[in-house]
Amino acid sequence: MTLVRESGFHFGRWLLHLRREPYSMAFNLVQPVILLIFMGGAFQRAGEWVGTADYRTYLMPGVLALTIFGNSMAGGIPLLFDRESGLLERLLTTPIARASILLGRFLAVHVNTLIQCALLLGLGFLLGVRVVTGVAGVIGLLVIGLALGFGVTVISLVLPFVLENHGNFFAIVGITALPLTFLSSAFVPLDSLPLWMRLFAWINPMTYAIDGMRALVLFGWDGPLIARATVILAAFDGAAFWLGSRILHKQLA
Amino acid sequence: MSRLAVRIEELAKKYGSVVALDGITLAVERGKIFGLLGTNGAGKTTTVKILATLLKPDRGRAELCGIDVLSNPAAARAVIGYVPQEITVDPYLTAREHLDYYAGLYHVPAEAKERRIQELLELLGLAAAANRRARHFSGGMKKKLDLACGLVHQPQVALLDEPSLGLDVGMRRNVWSYIASLRRGGSTVFLCTNYMDEAEKLCDEVAIIDKGKIVALGSPEALKNELKRDLVALEVDHTDAQSQMALERLELQLREWTIVRATERNGSELKIYLEANETALPHILQTAGAMGISIQAVTHRRPALEDVFLHYTGHGFSEGVER
Repeated sequence: MTLVRESGFHFGRWLLHLRREPYSMAFNLVQPVILLIFMGGAFQRAGEWVGTADYRTYLMPGVLALTIFGNSMAGGIPLLFDRESGLLERLLTTPIARASILLGRFLAVHVNTLIQCALLLGLGFLLGVRVVTGVAGVIGLLVIGLALGFGVTVISLVLPFVLENHGNFFAIVGITALPLTFLSSAFVPLDSLPLWMRLFAWINPMTYAIDGMRALVLFGWDGPLIARATVILAAFDGAAFWLGSRILHKQLA
Repeated sequence: MSRLAVRIEELAKKYGSVVALDGITLAVERGKIFGLLGTNGAGKTTTVKILATLLKPDRGRAELCGIDVLSNPAAARAVIGYVPQEITVDPYLTAREHLDYYAGLYHVPAEAKERRIQELLELLGLAAAANRRARHFSGGMKKKLDLACGLVHQPQVALLDEPSLGLDVGMRRNVWSYIASLRRGGSTVFLCTNYMDEAEKLCDEVAIIDKGKIVALGSPEALKNELKRDLVALEVDHTDAQSQMALERLELQLREWTIVRATERNGSELKIYLEANETALPHILQTAGAMGISIQAVTHRRPALEDVFLHYTGHGFSEGVER
């Protein structure tokens, strides 16, 4: 159980960061908030076209997926700073289980993600977005969201150990989230996308997370959609974890 | 239990075609303060990083308290406290939170933790700033906090890479007395430095490293004695031509002495380089007196560690004439 205790020390450090710099999450929330307020407003009447009364409600799961993806993808940045300052190297000379460094950060990323999702759901509520499955459904859609974040965070935590420099990391973080959101079912139903975009959307795990969450927001406990999201996201997480641990094993051994 | 805290044998490391360590061998007894002395790029940091389990050498052996660092790095990490050269404090955390974090990572028992943290904060003069974030600390305070972080668990072997780099005079003395207190607490200190005065003040033993090789090894005192480079300078009245001529005769006579290695005369001043010897100075003065020379001033300078360093790293004395 030393791994859990040691992860707790790192987790505690990241919570202090979050408490002392809570506005840092604003960077990640800017795009989702703009989309929810303005795109939700501008395309209000698109609800009829996508088959719901309110386009903003339709948009909500996509906005959450964008938030989760963005925050998870940025999750490795503090480790990158630690690597550059020499702190990470220093941690490697202490008698800890090295996995605790990653696990502590991993937990902190998800706490941060949950706070951001809660803020967005609150804003959505104020703008009239309602989840038909109620509180249980909200918990369900957060679980699906975290399953998406899990694999993305693993990828992000591996990057500081393999990238040669800083700039690459920010480039990857900055350019992936929004295009990948467009290449999913976030804004419109899949069959209204042009074929080339649909091809990307099919292999994009965000699509399945969004479809699962959307079922809970709009229709109810839709078994097949939720099951599909669960299976595909579990496979995605498993693959990311397998690949990530292989790479890190080499880097940290 | 091994009597030695550090044992290094034939350690070699290359970065590409650059040789960082060229087969160094040294040993440090438990409870000693050992200084690895060298200029930047001499191989100090490479050595300490190998001991800290961060680097693998190309060949050679390294042991800490009898534990093979290369084959059993996890066990080695349990006996060390490593403080790197660069400052690694977290600007978001207070001094106390830093120490708490590292105390956890180093498995300091909960009941000892608070007392130990308080003690360290006081010893290093950080108690008043304990609850301030490191972001607002001066460079010197950050460096001291960094040092405390690596020593919060009273490690068996403290590995310190340039512990007083960038500190002002007062802080350096503070850090030195703290490092000296580690030895009293039973720790062995292995420090890298390019400050001669630091090595001279603190270290029981030093090794001078140059271009990846150990060029001298011993206590600072022994190294200075081995150098045989005491300097005696005599001065006579510069307005008195007679005395100056007598000084020249004295110089010729002293050159015949076996302990005198070199002399240098500049008008009314005569410099004599000789092997350390307690009777040499009175003997010189007697000889001068017998020749009727009235000496106005005498200076006797023992070599500093810096002279030893310059000698072994290949840069000769700038003054003096080799005999």
